[in-house]
Amino acid sequence: MNEEKNPEKQSRIDLNRRDMPKQSPEMRSHNFNEVALGYTEELAFGEASRCLQCKKPRCVTGCPVEIDIPGFISCVVRKDFSAGIKKLKEKNCLPAVCGRVCPQESQCESQCILKNKGAEVAIGRVERFLADWEAKSGEVDVPPKAKPTGKKVAIVGSGPAGITVAGDLVLLGHEVTIFEALHKAGGVLTYGIPEFRLPKAIVAREVEYVKSLGVKVVTDFVVGKTRSIDELLEAFDAIFIGTGAGLPWFMDIPGENLNGVYSANEYLTRMNLMQGYRFPHSATPIKRHKKFAVVGGGNVAMDSARTALRMGADESRIIYRRSHAELPARLEESENAEDEGVIFSMLTLPVKYIGDENGWLKEIECIKMELGEPDASGRRKPVEMPNSNFRIEMDAVVCAIGNSPNPLVPSTTPGLETTRHGTLVADEQTGKTTRSRIWAGGDIVTGAATVILAMGAGRKAARAIHEYLTTGKE
Amino acid sequence: MMVPNMHLLVIEAPEIASKVKAGQFVIVRANDEGERIPLSIAEWDREQGTITTIFMEVGASTGTLACLEKGDTVATCVGPLGNATEIAHYGTVICIGGCYGIGSIYPVARELKAAGNRVITVLEARSSYLIYWAKKFVPLSEKIFNITRDGSLGMKGHINRLTEIIHSLPKPPDRIIVNGCTYLMAHTSEATRDLGITTVVNLNPIMIDGTGMCGVCRVTVGGQMKFACVDGPEFNGHEVDWKEFLSRRKAYMSEETLFSRRSEPKTETHKEGKCQA
Repeated sequence: MNEEKNPEKQSRIDLNRRDMPKQSPEMRSHNFNEVALGYTEELAFGEASRCLQCKKPRCVTGCPVEIDIPGFISCVVRKDFSAGIKKLKEKNCLPAVCGRVCPQESQCESQCILKNKGAEVAIGRVERFLADWEAKSGEVDVPPKAKPTGKKVAIVGSGPAGITVAGDLVLLGHEVTIFEALHKAGGVLTYGIPEFRLPKAIVAREVEYVKSLGVKVVTDFVVGKTRSIDELLEAFDAIFIGTGAGLPWFMDIPGENLNGVYSANEYLTRMNLMQGYRFPHSATPIKRHKKFAVVGGGNVAMDSARTALRMGADESRIIYRRSHAELPARLEESENAEDEGVIFSMLTLPVKYIGDENGWLKEIECIKMELGEPDASGRRKPVEMPNSNFRIEMDAVVCAIGNSPNPLVPSTTPGLETTRHGTLVADEQTGKTTRSRIWAGGDIVTGAATVILAMGAGRKAARAIHEYLTTGKE
Repeated sequence: MMVPNMHLLVIEAPEIASKVKAGQFVIVRANDEGERIPLSIAEWDREQGTITTIFMEVGASTGTLACLEKGDTVATCVGPLGNATEIAHYGTVICIGGCYGIGSIYPVARELKAAGNRVITVLEARSSYLIYWAKKFVPLSEKIFNITRDGSLGMKGHINRLTEIIHSLPKPPDRIIVNGCTYLMAHTSEATRDLGITTVVNLNPIMIDGTGMCGVCRVTVGGQMKFACVDGPEFNGHEVDWKEFLSRRKAYMSEETLFSRRSEPKTETHKEGKCQA
């Protein structure tokens, strides 16, 4: 029977989707504290109680790792938060992260039956509530660990995929070492996503958790340089590669090497990993640009534009070649950006950066675009409008148009096949690469995607690696 | 401190020491608040598991490193990064070192000599007292030329006197490799362009991760955008856009000067006025 037509349930349908308390835009655009403050117990209970507990929950099919969503939500309704977090962690080992940065609106929440009424259950917010409750309660549940198998696994990269594989395999009794090129673990969660969207204390907590399970984390170790994959294979039984998509794209237009032109990776790494916003207390310098532009329309573009505002920019502007409707960023993020005062220049494409006599960016020459026929991605293709060039004054511009996988590992590992996009060839179900004893997952396989997909890929690879380590079958 | 303002740092890093090749660098972070800076590797000891870097104290980060005492630790030392110097039997190679590059050109000269090349060494400094490691080059070099700005050792002037050195040789060198400050590398490249001598430079731009992730070290080489950390650090000096490179290197000059020099000379300095002895 269709849940919605059930008269009993109909009578208690609550369409009041509980808002998440946030710092006010005036306040938050001047600090780096988290924007969204999280549900109170009361709000979480209220929101969870709206769930209709569908017999065939469509939300679960919308989740890349198939979390038992009605299951954990019903725990919140019973106020048994401890059971709720356990339920969540059966499928998702990073709920505090996913509750914050997962695009729920296009995954689980998009499938919610209440979406028809414009009031889908805020699954992500309830997820975040449970994870934060666990952190606050201090009662982190450590699952039982299997007996040591004596098998050793090396994990390359400490982002969401690597952390997931590490957590799963260590519980199965294997000896796990994560190798990280930077000085702090967490991958994109640490260097990329700003504090105001994902506090670094949360990432550190997740890393500490896998360490508490017995995972060894070796930072400042560049696989491909410090040691090659083949050298690691001498000491380890299996390897998982989760090196992400870290090679920034530029647009190949004149003036891109002027000072004041940054890749989003550089700008965000200076700010997040190196804590540039605390300069000169931290030694990594960052400029406090007054007129700031960001090219691109994804979450990374929003992160950069919002960071610039917090650094005291008078003007922070998103320049995007399509229209608002095509922005790849989460709606929540583009709305947050807009509320904070980020200006959106849509249907605009930079064609040239113009510098001053000292080699610093002074102006951006742009061209107006219009939307034509749909392209391969299904979105309407932006087409240049002839003779519509114009210039805007800018002190800095961040190029946030995407990343491709870092070639460091593939290029130093003979026999590891890549696609023409530079991603690793790997089995979709197991993450198995073209080399024996080597698995891969996350952005290095899919190209730049989401935290949850990387985690899901890590889960599958962990299962396959365990199978190999116990049966010898690859 | 080896010579005024120039410091030598030996770091225990067995994994790096076991892999490093001439021309490579490490990224070092002095402490938890420190900046990540690239330093060329000048020497290593695979058995002791140590690497040696030589750097000039110019700002905050090098200042902090310069203040380290024996037995202290650095928060980060990662590498070996970048591609190694291409070593082959070229014939005659001029190795030019200035500033920290006197140190980093040393293993290059050694490898070249081992590969059967005739090595001619050129050391450049403002004054004779700023030249270090001169003796280490003696057994490697067919000939050593010194150039000092004040003429206190060898030829007077700067690297523009390189053409005289080249002309003084029985036949032009087959290759020139130069490590040091931007001016040294740019002027060398300018001087050899018309002579058609392959000139290899080892670039030292601002870097953060050193693995190709941030792109701050991008440089135009032969009209193409390259990342010095993964595509280099060595490039054909005739193809580098030096004006752009210099301007990018100076991007944070004003931030750097926020800090004053923090290390003091370790030896007694002469006090003005009365002599205490």
